[in-house]
Amino acid sequence: MPATRERADVSAPTPPAAAAPTRAAPRAPLPWRRALVVDAVAETPHARSLVLDVPGWPGHRPGQHVDVRLTADDGYQAQRSYSIASPPEAAGAAGRVVLTVERLEDGEVSPYLAGELRPGDPLELRGPIGGHFVWDVSLGGPLLLVAGGSGVVPLMAMLRHRAAAGGGPPARLLYSTRTLDEALYRDELATLAAGDDALAVVHTLTRAAPPGWSGYRRRIDGAMLAAVAFPPAERPHVFVCGPTPMVEAAASALVELGHDPARVKTERFGPSGPAA
Amino acid sequence: MTDPVPSRGFRGRRPAGDRRLPPGQYETHDFPVLSAGPTPRTPLDAWDFTVRGPDGAAARWSWAEFQALPRETPTVDIHCVTKWSKFGTTWEGVSVDTLLALAEARGVRRADYVLAVCDGDYTTNLTLADVTGGKAWVAFGYGGAPLEAAHGGPARLLVPHRYFWKSAKWVRGLQLGDDDRPGFWEQLGYHDRADPWTEQRYAGDP
Repeated sequence: MPATRERADVSAPTPPAAAAPTRAAPRAPLPWRRALVVDAVAETPHARSLVLDVPGWPGHRPGQHVDVRLTADDGYQAQRSYSIASPPEAAGAAGRVVLTVERLEDGEVSPYLAGELRPGDPLELRGPIGGHFVWDVSLGGPLLLVAGGSGVVPLMAMLRHRAAAGGGPPARLLYSTRTLDEALYRDELATLAAGDDALAVVHTLTRAAPPGWSGYRRRIDGAMLAAVAFPPAERPHVFVCGPTPMVEAAASALVELGHDPARVKTERFGPSGPAA
Repeated sequence: MTDPVPSRGFRGRRPAGDRRLPPGQYETHDFPVLSAGPTPRTPLDAWDFTVRGPDGAAARWSWAEFQALPRETPTVDIHCVTKWSKFGTTWEGVSVDTLLALAEARGVRRADYVLAVCDGDYTTNLTLADVTGGKAWVAFGYGGAPLEAAHGGPARLLVPHRYFWKSAKWVRGLQLGDDDRPGFWEQLGYHDRADPWTEQRYAGDP
């Protein structure tokens, strides 16, 4: 998602960008495709996963997203971006792609996707989009994932891919939600972690915890990241995704802990931050 | 463009009043933050701004010198490729026309293309025409206050007639060149020109 990346010494005599950037061969247009809703699975009271078959799907990398387009009777259209939750391995011949959509109460598109849409409906999308916030096992590890709320979706694609690839490098997910019930993929994450010594999943709950909860009960902060994250010396690949204040806080704390800003990739969403 | 597929039961919203949104955009009233990494923090005494010509000649301003340049306060609509648009944002900054004229007086030759260079190795490419003629600024104020770091402060490029990733945050210089060299997102499949009114979101879009 367009945005920006940090670090650099622009006071150097030659700007870093003066190194000739390369461009892959001119890209083919990214066509709108007519997907078919195969299933709609409730994940939490506010989110569900749309299982789509996308004829002609060219494949994707874990972390990428699609643009979805809705068209009303009078031709009015709305578009939004949604992260892909499924791993590339799941696409198969049918072009199966899973999106997990959280319903935003005042949203224009998410209530439709998370409520109205049902199996058998068509859904227009195009993608995959994005080449920065992506990871696959060929990039190695360790892999540190930090999520807030539905920001776990693109990170889940990475973990599912890692599992499908047979394990991959050590990985840790630190996942912040208001309550445990709001955590997406909770059972699947527990199952993945139980069967994989190299994977740890750590929840933190910011609003309410079930009786007997012994885990973290606060927003993600530096002390928590220091305890959960791989040490900076191990040079983990770090992906942070969630609402803007959480991403700002986590990314800043990681840099303060000594992680290389160039290895901290972020994706932010949601009605956000202060009005500048 | 393929024929749109009707979405059963979708009504959607329309922008309030008579304001026009580019295709595929929706109006937001807050100011989303989108960045690919942690927010960099460059102290003002270490900040400078450089306009560099294709032959290497450069004009450079310290923060204090930059603040002394003639200022403008444009009120503009902005459009992010992630679909949000925000009407009537007010900025304070120096017009790129001003910077280029001052740079030219210091021997910096103009060229057809501009690469904005930022803290964090972020870059984005534009044409000279995109950033001249009163259409682009280096902005250090937003809404009557200093521009926050999360929104690109101390200074960001402001090119409101292009998708907002062209309005590079944490901008530190403009590199003029005779060739169009793709910037950060442009190398990752986003459009070189990025006109929101013709929906130039991704490479390959018309």
